[in-house]
Amino acid sequence: MKVKVISRSTDEFTRERSQDLQKVFHNYDPSLRTQEKAVEYTRALNAAKLDKIFARPFVGAMDGHIDAVSCMAKNPNHLKGIFSGSMDGDIHLWDIATRKTMRQFPGHQGAVRGLTASTDGDVLISCGTDCTVRLWKVPVLKMMDFSDSMENASKPLAVYVWKHAFWAVDHQWDGNLFATAGAQVDIWDHNRSEPVNTFEWGKDTVISVRFNPGEPDVLATSSSDRSITLYDLRMSSPARKLIMKTKTNALCWNPMEPMNFTAANEDCNCYSYDARKLNEAKVVHRDHVSAVMDIDYSPTGREFVTGSYDRTVRLFQYNGDHSREIYHTKRMQRVFCVKYSCDGSYVISGSDDTNLRLWKAKASEQLGVLLPREQKKQEYLDAVKERYKHLPEVKRIVRHRHLPKPIYKAASLRRTMMEAERKKDERKRAHSAPGSMPVQPFRKRRIIKEVE
Amino acid sequence: MVAKQESERLMPAAEQDISDELELKAKKYLRGHGANLEVLRDKKLKGQLTVREKLYGQSAKAAAKAEKWLLPSEEGYLEAEGLEKTWHIKQESIIREVDVIGSRKPFDMILPELGPYTLEYTLSGRYMLVGGRKGHLAMIDMISMDLMKEFQVRETVRDVTFLQNEQFFAVAQKRYPYIYNRHGTEIHCLKEHGAPLKLQFLDKHFLLVSVNKFGQLHYQDVSTGEMIANYRTGLGRTAVMKANPYNAVIGLGHSGGKVTMWKPTSSKPLVTMLCHHGPVTAIAFHGGGHLMATAGMDRKIKLWDIRKFEILHTYSGHAQTLDFSQKGLLAMANGSKVQIWRDSCGNQDYGQYMSHAMVKGYQVGKVAFRPFEDVLGIGHSMGISSILIPGSGEPNFDTWVANPYETTKQRREKEVHALLDKLQPETIMLDPRKIGTVKPPRRKEKPTKKETESEMEAAIEAAKSINFKKKTKGRSKPSKRAKKKEEEVFRAKRPFLEQQTEERQAKKHRTTEAELPKSLQRFAQKRA
Repeated sequence: MKVKVISRSTDEFTRERSQDLQKVFHNYDPSLRTQEKAVEYTRALNAAKLDKIFARPFVGAMDGHIDAVSCMAKNPNHLKGIFSGSMDGDIHLWDIATRKTMRQFPGHQGAVRGLTASTDGDVLISCGTDCTVRLWKVPVLKMMDFSDSMENASKPLAVYVWKHAFWAVDHQWDGNLFATAGAQVDIWDHNRSEPVNTFEWGKDTVISVRFNPGEPDVLATSSSDRSITLYDLRMSSPARKLIMKTKTNALCWNPMEPMNFTAANEDCNCYSYDARKLNEAKVVHRDHVSAVMDIDYSPTGREFVTGSYDRTVRLFQYNGDHSREIYHTKRMQRVFCVKYSCDGSYVISGSDDTNLRLWKAKASEQLGVLLPREQKKQEYLDAVKERYKHLPEVKRIVRHRHLPKPIYKAASLRRTMMEAERKKDERKRAHSAPGSMPVQPFRKRRIIKEVE
Repeated sequence: MVAKQESERLMPAAEQDISDELELKAKKYLRGHGANLEVLRDKKLKGQLTVREKLYGQSAKAAAKAEKWLLPSEEGYLEAEGLEKTWHIKQESIIREVDVIGSRKPFDMILPELGPYTLEYTLSGRYMLVGGRKGHLAMIDMISMDLMKEFQVRETVRDVTFLQNEQFFAVAQKRYPYIYNRHGTEIHCLKEHGAPLKLQFLDKHFLLVSVNKFGQLHYQDVSTGEMIANYRTGLGRTAVMKANPYNAVIGLGHSGGKVTMWKPTSSKPLVTMLCHHGPVTAIAFHGGGHLMATAGMDRKIKLWDIRKFEILHTYSGHAQTLDFSQKGLLAMANGSKVQIWRDSCGNQDYGQYMSHAMVKGYQVGKVAFRPFEDVLGIGHSMGISSILIPGSGEPNFDTWVANPYETTKQRREKEVHALLDKLQPETIMLDPRKIGTVKPPRRKEKPTKKETESEMEAAIEAAKSINFKKKTKGRSKPSKRAKKKEEEVFRAKRPFLEQQTEERQAKKHRTTEAELPKSLQRFAQKRA
């Protein structure tokens, strides 16, 4: 006879001293954990509920401007700093951590319309309706170095006066050039008082300009003749032009997929395009109920933030047709500019009510350092939420957002209008000769033509 | 000889390929087959699911690999040598062979006054609750063999059960179930339940289930105190109740030979099976969710596949109580004899493994395997005993699931987590894997024309081949027979023909609608 029974000595399975860590034993056998799926589902549901409870995205407001904030710029070399320009010609440098003004850059006579910092973070370039481009030295900030007084004001490195008012400026990535937009697109060098190159295609004002983060010589602009134009600095003339039915207010390249850019349009939607294939949008991002004023990509390229004239800020997935998140407060007015912070964890919006607002990019994320165990737990909860997101209860909780009444109403009105339009189209099609009214996808519908 | 072959089979073959072995081990962690992705047309979804399936495979493999380090303890076993039979081996000889720790586990506690006794273990197997019929209650720490609390309620005690941990337990007393804490203080008297005969606790749902004298089933949430459900079984008084650990469905055995399965969200039983010709005496569920054992007064012990609700095997014999161990051993007791059966070939054909006779003919009322140990607890008319059953318990526990060496802090922590993960009563269903899956489309697939035709032909053939009885008085004339046959064929054809005409009409209807120009179709009158 051979016999053996399970025998555990207590010493082996318990700690020796009270200072020791508890011994932990694992057995991943599924038969020990019955009803796994029900448990996981319950956890997903609870995680979704907790997310809703902890969703406190608003971190704080930064007030100091005395007129509407018109533009902002990130400092690629300094995480905490952000520049903002206002309609009264004031430029502030903010410390995001303390939410205080670190420095002011006075000088512009009219509104500041464009702000950008060079890639090394040393030079700030501003332009405005007073037909000047100003270059400023970015101060090296120390910890306790802030005050609101004008002693802290900087003097510009250079002031270049030009023929027309400016609407936007953007700095080349890793280069010495920057582009301004106004009556035409001008390419400037830091050390030259006149543009080194000028592009013009049509007579209308160019309202935004962005350099491609991957290809330093490529830039995209949008102008008030409803067009989006691509330029290559190595060529003497603009490369391509796309005319849409409505004006594009701003555009932004995807930093991780630099051939793609997203245009914030006047018709409440954002359109993601592949720069190589402009005849249709890759994705139409809908949800806003008024013109989209500004757009900025997260450094991860997976998300972007938009600010709209409907007083809300929305966050979209780069490939999602509806927004993932909406931010609004009672006091926030028309949003003119938005920026994603350089670490991708905050969103900053500047609005008509003279304030900059700081939001978390993930509404329910815990701020500060997470312990490894907390992080693991969070990852687990995210995974189960992802796994059970299609179940009705989880979906309902995750999707639900409280909207301000005017936006809720406007959205439902828009839906009604779209539905009516769709129905009308359908009927028109039914009454016309077969094939005379081909069905056009929405991705193409808002495009008038593409010009080479 | 059989035993010897068995031992060869159980031995890990050294020459077996390591990867093969790993794959075999990983199968357990895969939790079923992967989805068939070949039929998917959506390329994006297919890609995503392929990645997901790959991850599942990897994690299963990782778990199988980690087994070597994570599972230090080995299963118990009992192997006979030569002509010896395992069921002839006596407890005394087993005790002589095993180590000191093992030999301390079996005991006989003779409590002649307040018997017969029933007993219950916690999920971790550390604590045992003992209830004497005449009101004796005791809680024992099975590792240190300390008597933690002993008291008398001076009332009939029919059943005892632990709640979420050893801090609380419920007792089915003469008129009501009561909840006591570890110190023997009465916490609650659950008057709504009536006089209970049997209690069960569903630990993941925090539900206390009782069946009372009038055959009423009560579900009460012990975390909120809410009475979740209260159903009349309508099948009379019964004291046979067991919870299925796999899906938390409650099984009841009735005096009419029926076994019914209940969930708290439906007033009718999920399943009613006629299992025995005569009262059901005991019922037990396998932890894997595929087996149920029932015993009846008709001298039958039956094994059921409860996925298909089919009988697997019928054995003859009486059993007052049944219990499955974690490793699938089946304990049964009749009179003073306890038998342990084992599924030796893996085809659910249970055969005798061990047997034990109580001394002096003490009548066994309850057997319960102790989780994570090779021990069977026996409650009998003169006290409680425990015997060694090698190979019955899961050798490796998981600290986060059930920990026999739990500290106070860990226990508290676990209680909080258990409350956070408390399942709603709606999650109790026959197949718990259904949660999170897609509901299949309700509409049935229409059979193709060919299929219906072949079906019709088969029906006609069947009708033609009917042999009529020979009748008298000219009723079996050839002409009559031919006519009858014709009628029969027509009757067989009829449903198919009817369906065909129906379809044709529907098609006609559709075509008339389609004749209108599309723009005018919305004005067409809708017929009911």
